[in-house]
Amino acid sequence: MSRRPTHRLAADLALLLVAAAFCLPLAWVLLSSVDPDAGLTVRAPDGLTLGNFNAVLTTDVTFRPLLNSLILCGGGTALTVVCAALAAYPLSRFRSRLNRPFLLAVLFATGLPITAIMVPVYALFVRIDLIDTFQGTILFFAASQLPFAIWLMKNFMDGVPKELEEAAWTDGASAFQSLTRIVLPLMGPGVAVVTVFSFVMMWGNFFVPFMLLLTPDQMPASVSINEFFGNRGMVAYGQLAAFSVVYSTPVILLYVLIARRLGGGFALGGAMKG
Amino acid sequence: MTARSLTRARPRARVLPITRVLPLAPALALLLLFLAGPIAYCAYIAFTDLQLTGQAHASYVGLDNFRTAFTDDGFLNAVWLTLVFTVLSSLLGQNTLGLALASLMQRASKPVRTLTGGIVITAWVLPEVVAGFLLYAFFRREGTLNALLDALHLPRQNWLFTLPILAVSFANVWRGTAFSMLVYSAALQEIPKEITEAAEVDGAGGWRRLWHITLPMIRRSIGTNLMLNTLQTLSVFGLIWVMTRGGPGDKSQTLPLFMYEQAFQNSMIGYGTAVALLLLLVGALFSAVYLRLLRTEV
Repeated sequence: MSRRPTHRLAADLALLLVAAAFCLPLAWVLLSSVDPDAGLTVRAPDGLTLGNFNAVLTTDVTFRPLLNSLILCGGGTALTVVCAALAAYPLSRFRSRLNRPFLLAVLFATGLPITAIMVPVYALFVRIDLIDTFQGTILFFAASQLPFAIWLMKNFMDGVPKELEEAAWTDGASAFQSLTRIVLPLMGPGVAVVTVFSFVMMWGNFFVPFMLLLTPDQMPASVSINEFFGNRGMVAYGQLAAFSVVYSTPVILLYVLIARRLGGGFALGGAMKG
Repeated sequence: MTARSLTRARPRARVLPITRVLPLAPALALLLLFLAGPIAYCAYIAFTDLQLTGQAHASYVGLDNFRTAFTDDGFLNAVWLTLVFTVLSSLLGQNTLGLALASLMQRASKPVRTLTGGIVITAWVLPEVVAGFLLYAFFRREGTLNALLDALHLPRQNWLFTLPILAVSFANVWRGTAFSMLVYSAALQEIPKEITEAAEVDGAGGWRRLWHITLPMIRRSIGTNLMLNTLQTLSVFGLIWVMTRGGPGDKSQTLPLFMYEQAFQNSMIGYGTAVALLLLLVGALFSAVYLRLLRTEV
């Protein structure tokens, strides 16, 4: 037993080393965002300033792109969650010989590289006049996130015992009523996971809006951030870092929110495992 | 519980009541229109010479696009780089580091575990483009990595210029390891303590325990994780785009970036789509293997 403490110490040291390596890029963005004279290296700031934040917190640089992100990802997430909840209900509750092939198809679709179909999606959207529109991008966001959302939602729904609904059915409730009044409230954490996960995936997605939107004013933050690199040559790294912090904070907070609820964030790994 | 055995028990359920199918309709419509539709369209335009500019009708060109691809040095270069990128970052990087972190975490003290987990997961949750910028700064000539090497009196490199594929692979490891770590942490927790302890009493050392006990017991998780990592890595675009734009030249141009360049910078939608179709087929293959691994659970 005397080996245990040294084992623990060795494991701690190894983990701290990895943590330090992973931390360097994160430290850069945090330190540079408050550094009046930020460069590309991690170092103690020359002084503390909120100047970088002040410079980027304008309508053109931050607020409009963030609002665009919010509309796109909020719309996409709402559509995903509603469609996934509706679809998961018959898959979880009614027995049909179509369930298995449908679920297999959904699971298969979760694996497909969405990046690969963006060129045909672009060509298709040009043809049906959905290119450069919010609604087109929202619809595609929802479709690309749906397979995984249906899969997750169905698994969470399976965990709600059927007996509770049967009581409601005898009282004359319709399937839709029992879904909205009984099943969904009981799987609150599950719905939260699907919602947050879909939102986070869309918030960070660069390629989809990059391809499907053209007007600069419609671009979400994931695309507009590239403007910092523009053609102006000199990059204001401090401002880029400040913008990165502002843009990343919502998804990190959302993640912390569900991770807390699910006891340490390991549930998502477990859910992904199938 | 399989659907098949249940339908056998209730043979009358052949006609589906409309109320049972209706809830599936919105999801089905979205999936057919915006996912299955583009895939079918992809399979169609890959066989045409569709271009972005000015041509009235795209005509059917048979396998020409594919023939062009397999004699195109740019395409073969992209295939090779995609392979290197996938093996380095997904197979060797994320997978191994994820397993190492998960097993270290089992032995480490709680504060260290929480801290490391938090930092690694933050890298994973960050938006792709932000992750790209952070690692761009890290690998730039005047960036943190070279500053560290200077401090250690080691030779510095212009990483994004001399070894761009290595830099973007490391970036993908930085960004994606958390997923493997979470999957393996869950898997390791399911191994009964008695088994590891019994092996320890029998005098099996750390490496032998890992090889003969741990790895066989989590082999299903390993399979699942490898498939999902590979699928994710195959479709990385934003990270590489931000860090190198596929350059310098085409030295970090993986298939998604090659596809984009052909379709939009060179205006060859038909050819770009043929490349996309090949990428999609590779993805479908991995996805099918992943499905086989999960087959008992659906």
